[in-house]
Amino acid sequence: MPLTRTAPPTAPARAPATPAPPSSRRHSVRALGLVAAVLLLLAVLVLSLAVGAKPLSAGQAWDGLLHRGSDSYTVVHQMRLPRTLLGLLAGVALGLAGAVMQAVTRNPLADPGLLGISAGASAAVVSAISFLGIVSFAGFVWFAFAGAGAVAVLLYAVGGGRGATPARLALAGSALNAALYSYVNAVQLLDTASLDRMRFWTVGSLAAAQTSTVEKVAPFVAAGLVLALLLARPLNAMAMGEDAARALGTDPGRVKIVSIAAITLLCGAATAACGPIIFVGLMVPHLVRALTGPDLRWLLPYCAVLAPALMLAADVLGRVVVRPSELQVGIVMVVAGGPVFLYFVRRPRSKAVAS
Amino acid sequence: MKDANARLSGTGLTLAYDKRTIAEDLDVAVPDGSFTVIVGPNACGKSTLLRALARILKPASGTVVLDGEPIAGWPAKKLARTLGLLPQSSIAPEGITVADLVSRGRYPHQGLLRQWSREDERVVTESMEATGVAALADRPVDELSGGQRQRVWIAMALAQQTPLLLLDEPTTYLDIAHQIEVLDLCARLHEEGRTVVAVLHDLNHAARYATHMIAMRDGAIVAEGGPDTVVTAELVEEVFRLPCRVIECPETGTPLVVPAARAARVAAGT
Amino acid sequence: MKPAGAKGAAGVKGAVIRTPNGMSLRFSPRAVAVAVLCLAVALGVGVLLIGSGDFPMGPADVVRTLLGNGTPADSLIVNEIRLPRAAAGLAVGAALGLAGAIFQSLTRNPLGSPDVLGFSQGAATGVLGVIVLTGGGSAAVAAGAAAGGLLTGAVVYAVAGRHGAHGQRLILVGIGVAAILTGVNGYLLTQAKITDAARAVLWLTGSLNGRDWADAAPVLAALAVLGPLVVVGCGRALRMLEMGDDAAHGLGVPIERARLIMLAAAVLLTSFAAAAAGPVSFVALTAPQLARRLTRAPGPNLLPSMCMGAALLVAADWAAQRAFTGHQLPVGVVTGLLGGGYLVWLLVTQRKTGRI
Repeated sequence: MPLTRTAPPTAPARAPATPAPPSSRRHSVRALGLVAAVLLLLAVLVLSLAVGAKPLSAGQAWDGLLHRGSDSYTVVHQMRLPRTLLGLLAGVALGLAGAVMQAVTRNPLADPGLLGISAGASAAVVSAISFLGIVSFAGFVWFAFAGAGAVAVLLYAVGGGRGATPARLALAGSALNAALYSYVNAVQLLDTASLDRMRFWTVGSLAAAQTSTVEKVAPFVAAGLVLALLLARPLNAMAMGEDAARALGTDPGRVKIVSIAAITLLCGAATAACGPIIFVGLMVPHLVRALTGPDLRWLLPYCAVLAPALMLAADVLGRVVVRPSELQVGIVMVVAGGPVFLYFVRRPRSKAVAS
Repeated sequence: MKDANARLSGTGLTLAYDKRTIAEDLDVAVPDGSFTVIVGPNACGKSTLLRALARILKPASGTVVLDGEPIAGWPAKKLARTLGLLPQSSIAPEGITVADLVSRGRYPHQGLLRQWSREDERVVTESMEATGVAALADRPVDELSGGQRQRVWIAMALAQQTPLLLLDEPTTYLDIAHQIEVLDLCARLHEEGRTVVAVLHDLNHAARYATHMIAMRDGAIVAEGGPDTVVTAELVEEVFRLPCRVIECPETGTPLVVPAARAARVAAGT
Repeated sequence: MKPAGAKGAAGVKGAVIRTPNGMSLRFSPRAVAVAVLCLAVALGVGVLLIGSGDFPMGPADVVRTLLGNGTPADSLIVNEIRLPRAAAGLAVGAALGLAGAIFQSLTRNPLGSPDVLGFSQGAATGVLGVIVLTGGGSAAVAAGAAAGGLLTGAVVYAVAGRHGAHGQRLILVGIGVAAILTGVNGYLLTQAKITDAARAVLWLTGSLNGRDWADAAPVLAALAVLGPLVVVGCGRALRMLEMGDDAAHGLGVPIERARLIMLAAAVLLTSFAAAAAGPVSFVALTAPQLARRLTRAPGPNLLPSMCMGAALLVAADWAAQRAFTGHQLPVGVVTGLLGGGYLVWLLVTQRKTGRI
């Protein structure tokens, strides 16, 4: 899918004073950083396998993972592994969805959870559970896609309007979020049985992860990942505005459509699998941008590695802080991410946000 | 440098946004009955100074004095009856008509039981006539051109009936004809006896219309006085870092800045 | 006293009443007409609402009973059971309409409503906290709603900062706080027993079922005190603030003080409304919008928004009772669905104007 006809410049989008040529040294620093990020992710993966109601040492977790006969095989394979893999997939999905959203809307506040895309998926899934009696992941994932896609299209329609500032788009998204949540509440109210089932899901949790869910969600996330990485170069061009992108030989219309498809796939799959989780897609791209700069060809891979690390770290934290009970990962993320968001909004020089 | 006759003056002003200091220890006086224009390169603190004079920005230290009283102690409405302000960014509420917007300038003269007197009505009509927007009275402000809109906002400030009028970059975003139109209007308001203070970008416009100029660079006042003393080749180069010649304007006899040719500037190494 | 024509000599819209001793009042006849019309609709639907139920009564009977001429049985049903509910509905709607008009005016955005800025979520957190942690009764729950809303207001104001309480930063801080509280609310819901959870969700949706005078009194009192204060005392300053902080300042509005008063009033109104009926969604968002469409007047349209809010809420409650025979929906379901639909329509049609 040739989205660009000519190569976009590698110059940073927000045009700092010196557009330094991408020296090979800078490339190698970034590549080394990516290796470090992968190592960090691996460490968190091990931690996620080891920590829980029955703590394991790293060695025991490794044993349980590889040797069918070991004592910890059941714990690892029945509970920890599906949960860890689901966290990995959801983290990849939400981190990339956030990064793509921020790039395509040129809005530093874009986040699939905050702007109501996850809520769109939730509302559709809740409807499917409650009205159609669909209970399997394979059944309601399609509803999640439909809900996420509808909200994404609507938001893009608003975000593309004249004079749409980051704050305005955030407000439109939050209003949609509120509307969809009040719908979810209403459905739960009319159907107490589904309330009991869904109140855990609507918080955003990895606790109920099963191997079958992991297997079903993986292809969607993989497809979204490929789409997102293909978008890196055209979105780099779009960062300077649609007219500039067009002048560089990119078709903005097509980029937008592919972006919405990627966001829908990633966010719909993640939400269907573990409920709406917000702030991952906001925090990780911001953090990564501080490391890599705005070039999406580096930013997206970093996000794909660091977002699941954050997600799993939050999940591990949630297993530990209120023992013997658990905090759902969505709650940990909100409590940790909310203040980050507020800090970001308050920063005196964030003119781009408060314009 | 302080003028004992000035109604509006500031001493020892340190101006800052949050922790970022824009200007330190400024002394400034607006001569009574003058058309004072503040000029300087981008980010030199000229709008910041105007905002401090209008009490929008509270100085980190120092005081602005109006009619012998520190401006910080003035009641809001009394201040608004003495000192009118045309801010850089104003929002016309959706669908508001010209007459309605201008009538909002009467707010400082009104109260709960005095919402719309005959006096208000007369002043609004006069303000619209003085700015040439009377014919547009019933039109929504959204539909007007940039120049018309700026005149409407000036009409609103005029309806406040203040002896002092502060204008923050009144000509920005206007084409040359509309710029001159707005400046002509300011000149006329000045001739009618008001003290007018404006921040302007264009040096030649400033030199043509001002009776008193204040040149700023990096938060400090570099020069002030009549256009003839401020707009000189040396000062323009010092303030704007632009080698130039200053000639006499063939139309008005005021100083006219002509930037040096590129070849000359390259040779001079700037 | 003589009213001037619909248009003054200066071409300024609105009617003017002047007295010989120099007093003058200016108002828009259209806005007054809209307010009166909405109030009439609100009261009319209120009468219908009182007349409907297990013992249906005709509107004439209801009015006669309200005036004190009904049979003892009728007056028991009307005055003790159904009137409190209708009064609570009217007051909650009016409070939300007024609060929404203030928020939209302060944020200079049609979507700046307590549902979006975290105040409804804060009230919900208060409700959930009381139900889940203490299992308290309805009085405690109402207190929790009020406390939650007020506390959220204080937090948002503190985080946004004294100078940041205008438009954009207030919006963004509110959105962040709303997101955090939504997560906290979800968590509290998972901690509840299923019976408590069902009761909590009913509260979160907003319902007028079984409201008595004790439930209605606080919001009625808040409205009686704050309504005149806001509409008469601050309406004109709010109108000036719509032109931007600098312009309002130039016109002699003490912007920080005016904004703090308006914000406090709006938060109080929202919190007391939530205490009476739960955070009924989207009335605060839609009522000022609809009122403005009818009055076609710029400015906050405080009085018409207030009357529109009352009309919307009782109409929604009436529809909620009628929607399914034998099954009463909570009013929040109806306002949520209608408001959500309206929101989508607003987003689609208004996106080109750059006002959203």
